[in-house]
Amino acid sequence: MNALRFLTIGNDMTDLIEMEGIGKTFAGIVALNDARLSIRPGEVHAIIGQNGAGKSTLIKILTGVYRRSAGDVRMNGAPLAISTPREAQDAGIATIYQELSLVPLRSVTENVVMGYEPRTRFGLIDWTAAHARTREILARFGVDIDVTRQLGSYSTAVQQLVAIARAVSLDAKLVIMDEATSSLDDQEIETLFAVINTLKATGVAVLYISHFLDELYRICDRVTIMRDGQTVNTHRVAETTKLGLVSEMLGRDASEIQAAGLTALSGGHGEPGEVLLEATEIRSKTGLRGASFTLRRREIVGLGGLLGSGRTEAARAVFGLDPLTGGTVRLSNGAPLDTPAAAIAMGIGFLTEDRKADGIIPDMSVRENITLAMLPRLKRLGAVDRERERKLVQHYIDALQIKTAGMEQPIRELSGGNQQKVLLARWLALEPEILILDEPTRGVDVGAKFEIQSIIRKQVADGLSVLLISSEFEELVEGADRIVVLQDGRSVTELHNPGVTESALIGAMAHHADAPDTKRSPL
Amino acid sequence: MTRTLTSFCARFDPARHGAPLALVVILLFNLMVTPYFLQPQTLFVNISQVATIAIVAMGMTLVIATGGIDLSVGAVMALAGALAPLIFLSNFAAAHPTLGLVAAIVVPILLALCCGVFNGVLVSLLGVQPIVATLIFFISGRGLAQVLTNGNLQTFTHPSFSYLGTGRVLGLPFQGWLVLAIGAVLTWIVARSVFGRQLLAVGGNERAARLAGIPVHRVKIGAYVICSGLAGLAGLIVVAINSASDAARIGNLMELDAIAAAVVGGTLLQGGRAPIFGALLGAVIIQLVKYTLLANGVADEVALIAKAGIIIAAVYLQQARKE
Repeated sequence: MNALRFLTIGNDMTDLIEMEGIGKTFAGIVALNDARLSIRPGEVHAIIGQNGAGKSTLIKILTGVYRRSAGDVRMNGAPLAISTPREAQDAGIATIYQELSLVPLRSVTENVVMGYEPRTRFGLIDWTAAHARTREILARFGVDIDVTRQLGSYSTAVQQLVAIARAVSLDAKLVIMDEATSSLDDQEIETLFAVINTLKATGVAVLYISHFLDELYRICDRVTIMRDGQTVNTHRVAETTKLGLVSEMLGRDASEIQAAGLTALSGGHGEPGEVLLEATEIRSKTGLRGASFTLRRREIVGLGGLLGSGRTEAARAVFGLDPLTGGTVRLSNGAPLDTPAAAIAMGIGFLTEDRKADGIIPDMSVRENITLAMLPRLKRLGAVDRERERKLVQHYIDALQIKTAGMEQPIRELSGGNQQKVLLARWLALEPEILILDEPTRGVDVGAKFEIQSIIRKQVADGLSVLLISSEFEELVEGADRIVVLQDGRSVTELHNPGVTESALIGAMAHHADAPDTKRSPL
Repeated sequence: MTRTLTSFCARFDPARHGAPLALVVILLFNLMVTPYFLQPQTLFVNISQVATIAIVAMGMTLVIATGGIDLSVGAVMALAGALAPLIFLSNFAAAHPTLGLVAAIVVPILLALCCGVFNGVLVSLLGVQPIVATLIFFISGRGLAQVLTNGNLQTFTHPSFSYLGTGRVLGLPFQGWLVLAIGAVLTWIVARSVFGRQLLAVGGNERAARLAGIPVHRVKIGAYVICSGLAGLAGLIVVAINSASDAARIGNLMELDAIAAAVVGGTLLQGGRAPIFGALLGAVIIQLVKYTLLANGVADEVALIAKAGIIIAAVYLQQARKE
């Protein structure tokens, strides 16, 4: 309540958090250099910047995961000494991570009161009180669930809310949300935004990190832009334009960006060739209920739809990962596709959505990761032909401009964008006829995103056919020759370029659908 | 001089250099303390004892590299070791000595390979947890071996078969050479072959490996088959050394020694790495520590505790590497 009264007083109130001149070096490499951040009580403050700009390092210094090499941190005007995450929690700073740090096999209540359980007179845990308290906290956010059930039995969104509830129950003054919406569907995002507004109304500040610029405009009060380990600027969100933010993030001129378009996928459409792949009324246990589409040579076909519409499921079915329960997938040469190995042999590649879980072999080198799918072709007398392997790998490192200390560097040490380029190289090295790209630029910074998009465009000009799945409407609208729109596992309509607009796509996706269409056009 | 020392320290990676360093320390200690350590007899005893651990540990390393574990190796050793004398002491072998000898080596190893297929199929195709799948043979294999031999101790005199355990080539025990040969082949497989690359990929990230078209099931079954086959061979060597076969004792607790050797050698239990030479080194270190304590009059029981100490040290070094 105090915080609310302060708010009405005006601008000269004390900042909740003030970070000044923060520096951090890792083994001689400068990660942060004169970074600043100030958060006022009860505001929603965003941090944006490319991968490697220093956002997460700055936050980890605030939450006691890293120690700063230089600078001051103050909370309510007093110097703040935090050296462990636990101390941050005790000081009222709570972090909600993308990967939740809760215990899925224990009950909701246990997760909320963990470490701070109410006790009975005999020193035992007072479960009645614990459940009641948990219910009461969740009710504040409009969540009414059975708190005695295992946390893991609820959706990611509910789990996230429980994490927030836990933070609030510990009297958090600042809640940090790191890519909180990335695994939520539209409805769940709405719920999360409502929760953020509730937090704000009770005087709790929220530090919001997201790649989605539109979300910023919906819920954030101020935004801090970081680039190359420095704080570039802090603005009131209402006084900024998207283009302005992007140009400050990239350090490039706004007009330059505007001229180039928002993606590098557009342009250079050739005349599509013969039909290479035809999926007819495919059904699967994974949720496909009759999806049909075709793919021609030198064509990018987009699969559009809301989360859960069957986009990824359609891609998996084509690649032979999930068995069909009905319909057919036919290649021009009539070969069956029932395993990934068969699909690869037929010249199909699949760049998956989840780079970490389905893509990289973290401990293997860049070289080994690139050639993983083509080992049978590099085989000579049972061994890998090392000379050919090296040549090929070097070719792709150069062609895709993969930034690595060398082909023997473990892939886990590369940045997200470069990891994605390695995975793209893995499939391009097969010289496929068809490449399925599921969110090819998710979680990579803007620079790498442009590079990946232009590589794809160039390959298509050279004869590749692409099945493109993307939550980023610009990519579909600018990149795809045709967009097949899916709903509940069915293909409902097809849009043809030129002439597709974002609003047309959104309209087609939302038509008949009950779920609200939140426009998510991220960076 | 100081500069060489600093650059050595800078490049010192506990996980990779810890085991060789430990070996050097043990050797130096023995040279100073243990009587008769430089006698050829000492070398022969140690080689013949370390051979079986090393062979099984190298196979175990492949299985662990896929993210699995094989508890059945000791029982498979017993099974192979019990079967061999039954064959070469049979009437058939008396009639055809050469054929009998070949059969006495080939058939038990084939049986061992079948155990490996069984383990591998359970783990990969049926998705049974490796520790549970291999527990089946861990429990039943030794029982099967004892049923085969009616629980009797079989003693024999068979110079040709005993060559496996007592023969000398260029003055060194035959099984020592066998270990080196197997180590060389497996090192080549892991470092150079397509199968080896696929093995490490499966252990490193199974889902990604499957999506890259790697035949995950076949690769996993392959690892279990090689592991069991090597265990079978080790069983034959034990029998050949003793000129006797006791199904209750062959390979007893070998699974633990093999896992320990692999871990000391730098294998990560979560998979993705297969340091074959490391497993060899691990086996040698475990053997030498046992020998050192024994030769200096320390009781066997204490040697067990020392073994645990080595494992703790190895795990500590692996942790240090992660940070």
